Amino acid sequence: MKRREFLKLAGAVSLAGCATGAPSKARVVVIGGGFGGATAAKYIRMWDPSIDVVLIERDAGFVSCPISNLVLAGYSTMGEISHGYDGLRRRGVQVVRDNVTAIDAARKSVRLGSGGEIAYERLVVSPGIDFMFGEVAGFQEAMQAGTVLHAWKAGPQTVALRAQLEAMPDGGTYVLSVPLAPYRCPPGPYERASMVAAYFKQAKPRSKVLVLDANPDVTSKAALFKAAWKDLYPGILEFRGNSKVVGVERGAVRTEFDTIHGDVLNVVPPHRAGDIAARAGLITTNNRWCDVDWRTMESKAVKGVHVLGDATLSASGMPKSGSMANNHAKIAAAAIVEQLNGRAPQPVKIINTCYSFVSQKEAIRVSSVHEWDGNTLTPVKGSGGVSAARSEPEATYAWNWARTIWADSLT
Amino acid sequence: MKQTILLAAALAFAAPAHAQDAATRNMSSACAICHGTDGRAATKDVAPLAGLAATHIASQMRAFRDGQRPATVMHQIAKGYNDQQIDALAAWFAAQKR
Repeated sequence: MKRREFLKLAGAVSLAGCATGAPSKARVVVIGGGFGGATAAKYIRMWDPSIDVVLIERDAGFVSCPISNLVLAGYSTMGEISHGYDGLRRRGVQVVRDNVTAIDAARKSVRLGSGGEIAYERLVVSPGIDFMFGEVAGFQEAMQAGTVLHAWKAGPQTVALRAQLEAMPDGGTYVLSVPLAPYRCPPGPYERASMVAAYFKQAKPRSKVLVLDANPDVTSKAALFKAAWKDLYPGILEFRGNSKVVGVERGAVRTEFDTIHGDVLNVVPPHRAGDIAARAGLITTNNRWCDVDWRTMESKAVKGVHVLGDATLSASGMPKSGSMANNHAKIAAAAIVEQLNGRAPQPVKIINTCYSFVSQKEAIRVSSVHEWDGNTLTPVKGSGGVSAARSEPEATYAWNWARTIWADSLT
Repeated sequence: MKQTILLAAALAFAAPAHAQDAATRNMSSACAICHGTDGRAATKDVAPLAGLAATHIASQMRAFRDGQRPATVMHQIAKGYNDQQIDALAAWFAAQKR
């Protein structure tokens, strides 16, 4: 990078600092504008406005994975799950649309795809996930051709999968593959299967949903999902455990034992922490996840870098969820504010709540409370649990959760 | 204690006078995923916690925790908090602007 480019960028950043009228204490750079990164940027500004925050995000806006399964069924829209970053700008966050190509932790600087460089005091990396395409032979080519989708990052693939479901003739089969845990959003595949079944029941009643799960059984809210499937989608939705998809071919997926044909093939390959985490040396475990100190979210591999969300090596009983990423961000924000003010960070108690729709009007839920036990974050004994039964009030609260967490993370 | 919380709230926690205040503020932020930032509800479907009487918040949390008030979720969440934490959270939300 050329020296003048660095100065130019640094100048632009400090000008914005002047606009607030107070001299900047320090600059925090946040990579990734999902539930984790957006929340961290907001809460650092909220809890200490004298800290400059620069959020670097490659996409123009935020598209929510939660509720995206309802878009597949036609019960929600891309407009409803898409949000801009103006709310963060109003908090004084500088939102930069760019791609981070490298992190230099020794120099405390990140390099941008556009060629610039930004220096930081503390860095937050909330990269989400990227896929291990090599685990499913033929998938990447099929995905690039648009024939087989994951739709496990809400966005263009959500739209494309909805179009495939709409184009599928009545009497067709939708095949959904679930990777071995851990993966993003444990109940997500089962909600998706429910939503597609609900759509078929109403619009294409001779069609089938086939879930091929690499895990032995449903991994989250199993009894509640199975009761809903038995009551609402008999003859439509079939679940097969111990069915790991290892390959994709024309009009079919391959498990370790069988070739299974389908009309719409939705394969979710195994995933790991997002690419930038790998490039920055943040991945510590199984070549997949980033271990952190749960008091601060600071990486156990690279000092001064906090890692949030699905990319982390999850603590015991902790799902990879939007609620958790939002709460990880608050741990990191609290720690960073304390550290930049010369105080010692304290552990933070956090809450997970994940709703899943099982029909247009009914939802189920799982919740947990996690606290520092001297070593890690662990569920508080006696707390948490799942819904007593699927219900309409849970669906009302599910919509409240979605609208509230979007606002809490982004405005 | 209450005065400390009010004062700290007035300063918008730019510089918490005591570590305990920051700890309560941090703990309260977990509630925001359903109850809104600083307890200011984003929809009409949940209780807005900001500005409610502290005694009311604390008594409802205990009623959820002890099974006296039926709930879809709060009975499971409230069991994650001890009396001291419930009182601290109640005082903190009571001190927030509606």
